[in-house]
Order: sequence, then structure tokens, then C-alpha cells
Amino acid sequence: MAEPMKIRATLQGDVADVRILMSHPMETGQRKNDKGEIVPLHFIQSVVVTHNGKTVLDAQWSQAVSRNPFLGLRVKGAKAGDKISVTWVDNKGDKRTDEATVAAAS
Amino acid sequence: MPRTRSGITAFAVACLTICGTVLAQGKPDDGLAVGRQMLAEDNPGDLWIDRGEKLFYEKRGPKKASLEKCDFGLGPGKLEGATAQLPRYFPDTGQVQDLESRLLTCMVELQGFKREDIVKRAISPAGSSGSDVEALAIYISSRSNGMKMNVSLSHQKEYDMYKAGEYLFYRRSGQTDFACIQCHGEANKRIRLQDLVHMTDKKQIQEVVSSWPAYRGAHFVVRTMQWRLYDCFWQMRLPELNYTSDASIALTTYLHYQGNGAVIRVPGFKR
Repeated sequence: MAEPMKIRATLQGDVADVRILMSHPMETGQRKNDKGEIVPLHFIQSVVVTHNGKTVLDAQWSQAVSRNPFLGLRVKGAKAGDKISVTWVDNKGDKRTDEATVAAAS
Repeated sequence: MPRTRSGITAFAVACLTICGTVLAQGKPDDGLAVGRQMLAEDNPGDLWIDRGEKLFYEKRGPKKASLEKCDFGLGPGKLEGATAQLPRYFPDTGQVQDLESRLLTCMVELQGFKREDIVKRAISPAGSSGSDVEALAIYISSRSNGMKMNVSLSHQKEYDMYKAGEYLFYRRSGQTDFACIQCHGEANKRIRLQDLVHMTDKKQIQEVVSSWPAYRGAHFVVRTMQWRLYDCFWQMRLPELNYTSDASIALTTYLHYQGNGAVIRVPGFKR
């Protein structure tokens, strides 16, 4: 059961500064629980960010990324009101998509 | 050989110039401050606020009730500014209560949870997805963001708690004959690389009371003031501090009163 992401996108000139917080355990597969059993691998495998439907970032992640990961990127040629959509898929097939609108510079 | 030598010399010269500039830029902890600032802007603790909000309004527990009728001192369900005046005296329980002990009261009275069950799970294991109490505490605190701490000692019991907290803060105790003041009574003290807060300094104590509950980076969960004090006691090798015990509330009352005037800004970010 995936929890929503927090996405902030603010315009800086013609570049949108996008900041994404994801809620995910990101288990490395190396940790043991209190019974001494290995906690199975559970991590985000792919992250896709689109800007008005066009892919601007397509990343493959490993278990080396921290729990509750933060991802920041800058999208060129963005305008206020543009849609930024983020999708992640983890190794158990769980996925989550959230959308945000680019806000004008404050 | 001569070539390697000159290479090393060249590197040394380069390093002197570059390293010199880096060092000249200021105190070594300035770099950490920059990093903390970056972390605070995108604080994973924000994820807990949404979780807490959901838990607050959801009908839960054996009595199938939400926490909307919970009175944190400003009236049932009134959360704006509530944590700014906690701990305070509550006539219905006849006790001085902090945010978390009040939350326990409500979860027991309104929702019918068993007190022991909540206390057992209140402080979540590091690397877990956190406890209900932690999420609720951060949500309720976040509703006081931007407001100033304003703890009053007008009731005799509040004053007594404050005095007890002051006593505990200065009293050496336990097997290591240790008092809070020994680590927190001077400026620029640290344990290894961790700066220690100078708690008799108004500005620094305000920084503390305005930033809890906070996301603790190394634990990957939101931590509360109760946890902070519990961990201090453990670090001082004192007997285990019971969750929402009088001792913990006395210390919280003392510290929060010292920090009066601080603008609440949660979730904080701790290393």
C-alpha cells in the first residue's frame, strides 16, 4: 500500500525546480529483524518523471537509495501551470503515480 | 623518480591553495549548517503530517471515535496554537500534561484504546514506518506552525512541575553522577561531531523547543520530545524514563517555558 508523494515544482526563470519526497521503506536486503531473519529486499526500481506527458527523467534505482527518498531535478522550458507527473515502481510490483502543477516563481 | 616527486610537490602546492581557501571560508560547522538547511527544505517529516491528519479524523479504537473532540487546552478539536501552550494544567485529569500525555488521555477516553498498548508502541523502532502517536504528535504540532511558544505557569501545579524540571535539569544523578547541565550548560560543546545545545542560552533553547517533533535522519522516523528525553536519560545511564512520566513532563515544562517566544516550525530535522 503505497502512500502519496509530496511534489513541489516552482518556476525559476524558464526552469522548473522539481522536488519530490517519496514514502518507501527501501529495504536493502541486508538488514535482519529481531528474530535474526533477513528482511527481504524491497526497493523502488524505476522512477519516471514526465513534463506535460513527455518523459524528462527515467531512472533505475537500486537498494542503495535511502528510506523515504528525496529526488530533485530541474526541467528546462517549463511554464507555470505545466503538469509534472511522477511514477515509481518497486521490485514487488507496487507502484504509485502523483501529479503536481508548476507554480509561478514567488 | 624525479617526475613523481615533482608531481607530489605540485599536488601539495595545489592542495595548500585549495584547502587554504576552503578553511578560510569560516568555521568547520558552517558546511553542516548548509546541509541541514537543504534537508530542512525537503523534510521527509512532512510525509508524517499527512499520516497524522488521517489518523486524527479517522474513527478508530474500540469506541470507533475520531480525536476531533480531544481538548488540548483551547477547546475540543481546536488545534491552532494548541502546542504553543503545552504543557499545561488540565482540570479534567487534574494533571499537568504535555502534548503526548494529553494525546494518550484522549486515545484512552475517547477511542477506548488500552493505555499500555499505546505506550508500548509509542516510540517506534528505528527504521520502521513509525507509530500512530508520532504521526499524530507531528500533525497536531504542525497546526501551531508560525505561532510563538507561550507556556504559562499561572496554575500552582504548572509552577511545581516547572520547579521540578529545573531541579532535574541541574541535579547530578545516576551511576555516572551526570546532570543535563553538564552537557547543555556551555556554548560550543560537542560529542564527537554533534554540536550540543547550550540550553541556558535563550536563542539556542528556543531553537530546540520550536523544532520538535522532528524527523531523525539516522532513524528514518519522526521523533518526539518524549523520545528525546528518554534517549538523553539512556545516554546518561539513568534509569529508563517512562513514557509521559512526571519526570519527563517536568523537564518538558522547564524547557518549554525557557523557550517561550520561539516560533514553532515543525517538523524539525535532526541528523
